[in-house]
This record gives sequence, structure tokens and C-alpha cells, in this order.
Amino acid sequence: MHPRDVWQALSRPGYLLSAWPWRSACYLLTGAVTGAVVLVGIVLSVVVGGVLALALVGLPLLLGAALAGLPVAALERSRLRLVDAEPSSDPHRSPGEPGLRAWLSTRLRERATWRELGHALLFAGLLWPVDALAFAVFLLGPLSVVATPLLLAVLGEAKVLKVWLVTTWPAAVGWAVLGLVLLVLGAYLMGVVAGARAGLARLLVASPEADLGARVVELARSRVRLVDAFEAERRRIERDLHDGAQQRLVALTMTLGLARLDAPPGPLADQLATAHQEAGAALAELRELIHGIHPKVLADYGLEAAVADAADRSAVPVDVDLELPGRLPTAVEAAAYFVVCEALANVGRHSGASRVEVSGGHRDGRLLLRIRDDGCGGARAGQGSGLTGLADRVSVLDGRLSLTSPPGGPTLLRVEIPCDPAS
Amino acid sequence: MRVERSLRVVLAEDSVLLRDGLVGLLGRCGHEVVAAVGDAEALVAAVGEHDPDVVVTDVRMPPGFQDEGLHAAVRLREERPTLPVLVLSQYVQRRYAAELLDSGDGTGVGYLLKDRVGQVEEFVEALGEVADGGTVVDPEVVRQLLRRRRDPLERLTPREREVLALIAEGRSNGAIARELVVSEAAVGKHVSGILTKLDLPPADATHRRVLAVLAYLRA
Repeated sequence: MHPRDVWQALSRPGYLLSAWPWRSACYLLTGAVTGAVVLVGIVLSVVVGGVLALALVGLPLLLGAALAGLPVAALERSRLRLVDAEPSSDPHRSPGEPGLRAWLSTRLRERATWRELGHALLFAGLLWPVDALAFAVFLLGPLSVVATPLLLAVLGEAKVLKVWLVTTWPAAVGWAVLGLVLLVLGAYLMGVVAGARAGLARLLVASPEADLGARVVELARSRVRLVDAFEAERRRIERDLHDGAQQRLVALTMTLGLARLDAPPGPLADQLATAHQEAGAALAELRELIHGIHPKVLADYGLEAAVADAADRSAVPVDVDLELPGRLPTAVEAAAYFVVCEALANVGRHSGASRVEVSGGHRDGRLLLRIRDDGCGGARAGQGSGLTGLADRVSVLDGRLSLTSPPGGPTLLRVEIPCDPAS
Repeated sequence: MRVERSLRVVLAEDSVLLRDGLVGLLGRCGHEVVAAVGDAEALVAAVGEHDPDVVVTDVRMPPGFQDEGLHAAVRLREERPTLPVLVLSQYVQRRYAAELLDSGDGTGVGYLLKDRVGQVEEFVEALGEVADGGTVVDPEVVRQLLRRRRDPLERLTPREREVLALIAEGRSNGAIARELVVSEAAVGKHVSGILTKLDLPPADATHRRVLAVLAYLRA
């Protein structure tokens, strides 16, 4: 994996041979240049604006100076990409209506605007000299030391860093070697300074919450997409089995049934009878399988009917008390249905309960489901009960699944999913 | 196979394989398939055109592959409450059966699992039963319902529940008596016990039987 920012790059082998030292140098150099320009710009507009303010014409200039943080911050955010691959987002809101006036009033009321002005002042006053110094000391200095033999050859003598006079070749080579060492050291220090500068800039001009928020939203969306794709695939498989294999098997049992009528009594009739039975059994199994993949009644009649159907199939008697205002979104219906099925299956397998109650409804914009049994309790969601996966599916829909099951019972499973009835 | 009377059947089934198979099967059993169609709309049109003795239809059909066949059957029975309809479903679902039985006056309807067409004799018998105004519900649906012991069926004795299950499967009193190895009078007593416990006022006997089955399905 590629390093995300200069800090990660610094901690890995191969930093020196990568582009990162050069990116750091570039970041510092552009920082020095921009900072100097910003300084000149701010000083000029404040001085000129201040003088002209007496005649009121200077006021817009002063206002411009106050907003100077905005373009500087925008530039800083794009410059950040040199040493930080992580996108940094604009902390500003877009104004509610078009026009300069709305834009101005939005910007002047935002805290980010003033934070960015602070950054611009800090940048102009303090940071760019640091950038320039770091660039000079960690890159230009070592380079000039390395260049000693070259200077000696061209000029006949060389003054290392303008201090030490070098006139002999061995000394020049020695200085060059030292320069290389300094260059390596400088490359690392430059990375550190650039990283620290970028960190500070990000703190001042980017909106960390917005970044994180955007990423969470994207993650949640991709999770929903996955679940939807999974659900669509389930339906496709169900349809394929239903329209293909199942129809053929029915036709087969029909043919076998007719053949049985025609066959004279004897071994052939017996074998036909066996084949007929086997085909019938296969058909029954296939039907159960298809039902498990995606029950038809859920698609046709919705959750209430599907839960009643699941209750019909349960080995333990189930009381259903579920009232819904109408159809719910497909994903909600499916998640809720499979939770009920899983819960009923668990009750049948582990609880020793004699009665289950499935109740719930739609209240305050959410679907509520309670599945309660009078069994021995002690159920846990983690232990391969299948509930963990369902809890994930429920949470994709921003819902919650909770289980209370003290030893000795009773066990209560609650599901809450926010949703609006489909109209 | 011998049949009492030849029925004129309109058949709706979207799978060509099954449709041809069913046409052959019904033909073999002495019935005449006057129209075999592949979707719900064609079914309604064919019934209008041929006025059949009985309709056999699949639940899931084009264009939506939802429950078009079932809804077509319900619609047909709204127009002609006495039209016998046998619905074949790939699923056993109380909800589908209840919707169908609620249509018309509840007589002359059948709801069978598609698998049953493999049991050729039973299937043809059920078809005859429906055509004669009987009510036939798939034993699988009945079996599922038996597991549920809820009001108002809670008041029934196990024997009465057994009898009700057999009624739901479309059996006559005589057939039930043979199945349970009791006298027909005993079955009659059970039936009146069931009707009383289900609060079904005395009226036309066959109609009350259907209501009992409906109560059973809705329970």
C-alpha cells in the first residue's frame, strides 16, 4: 500500500528513494513563496485600505483583507496534497441564495472564516520564514556542501557554507561525503517539518468533522448497497429456482404419475412408484429451500402475512399480535421477517419453550417487534445463533436488535427499525 | 381412468412444459381443455369466451410474476360467484387460500400445491370436487394450521379438529366417516359440535361447512 502521508512515508524503508523528500521540499518551497506573497498582499491592503478608509473608499479593501483567509486557505488545502493524500474538505457552507450579499453574510458569520484569517496572518508572519529556513538549511545547505569539488574545479577554490576555505582535492571530497550525509539527514528533517506544517495547516483550514462525516456516510451507503445487492441476488436465485428447476420437477412427477397409471403391476410399477416418491420428496425439499431464500408471501402481502406464515410453520405454538399501517420498505420487511424466522428457529431448537409471542407494530416512525418465549433463557446473540448477522442487517437500516435472556428465562428479543410505511 | 363426467376446463399456466403436461393429463382423464393460456389477462378473456365448467390456474404468472393468477381467479369469482376455480400454487400459504375462499360464496374453490398434480388420481378427484361446488384445501395448509392451537379452534376437541381438517380438505361426511372409521352419524354429531363452537348460526349446511373452514383458515 502507498503511504497516505509524509509521516507514514517517513516510518518506512525506501523513504529516501521515494518521491516524498522531494514532495516535502516542494511543499516547503511553495509555502515560503506563497507566504511572502500573502504577507505583501495583506500589508498592502491594510495600509492602503487604512489610509483610504478616511475617505470611505478604503473600506472594501479592508473587508477584502478580512476575507484574505479564504483564498489562502483554499490554496493551502490544495497544497496539502503534496504531503498528504487524504482529501481535506472545505469547512464552508454554501450560501442559501445566490448573490454577493448572501455570500458575504454567510462567510462573515462562519467561524471558519475567522479561523482562516488567523491562519493567513500566522502564515504571513511566522510560518513562511520557517518554511524558507527549513528549505535552505535542510536542502540548499547540504547541496552546496556536496558541490564543493565542483566549485573547486571551476573556481580553483571553494568556501564551504561561506566559512571554511577549501583548496585541496582530498578536503573537497571529504566535504562532499559529509554533504551527502547531511543531505540524507536533511531529507528526513524536511519530511518532519513538512509533516508538522501540514498537520498545523490541516488543523486550521480543513474541517475534520466534515471529513469524518463524509467518510461515515459513504461507508454507510456502501453497506446499504451491499445489503441491497445481496437481497436482489436472493430474489434472483429464488426466481430462477422457481421458474426453472421447480417447474421441471413438477412436470417430472406428473409424467411419473401418469406412467404409474399405465404400468402393469410388477417390478416396473414398483420402480416407477419409488421414482415418483423420490421426485415428490425432491420437490418438497426444493420448495422449503426456495421458501427459505425469499418467501413469496412476504413479497405479495408484506410483513404481517409473512410473520403469520412463519408462525404457522413454527414447531412451538406462536401467538401473533402484529398490526401495521401498511406495507413497509422492502429492506425493512425482509430484515424484520428474517429476524422473526431466526428467532422462532432458535426457540424451537434451544429454548424448550411451550409458547412464543410475536407482537409489535409501527409507532413513532419506527417498526417495533418483540419476540418473547417462556423457555429456559440463557440465549446469547454471539454463539452462532445466526442473530449476529441479522443484527448487522438491522443496523444497516439504522435499527437496533437487543436480546435479554437471563438463565431460567424468559427470553425477549426486540427489534426496532426506523421507517415510514410505503404509500 | 374413469370419470363421472367430462369437464370443460380453462387452464392458465405460464410454463409451457407444465401447461402441455396438464393438458395431456386432463385429456387422459376424460376432461376437455377448451383453452390453455399463459397469463392472467388471457385467462379472464378465455373464461369469458368459453364459459368453462372449471378453471385451473397457477398463482404466479406474467407480467409481474407476483400473484396475478390468484387475483385473476378472485376477480373471476367476483363476476361469477359460482364459477369453480382450482388454484395451483408452488407454495402453501394460508393467506392465498384465505383470499381465494373469501371470494364468491366460498363454494367451488380449491387451493392445491402444485406437487399434487403428480398424484394424478387425487388431483383429478379434487378437480371434480371443486367443479361440483366443493371446497378443497391442500392437506399441507391444513397440517400447518393444525399446529396452531388458537381461539376459536381451542374450544374444539382433538377429534373435532380432525374432522374439521378433513372438511377443509374437501371430504364429505361419508368419506370422513370411512377415514376415521366411525359411523356417519358420529361425524354428523362432530360437525354440528364444530359449527356450534365456532358460533356459526344454523343455515344451509354446506355453506356453514365452508364458513367453518374459513374460520379455521383465518384462525
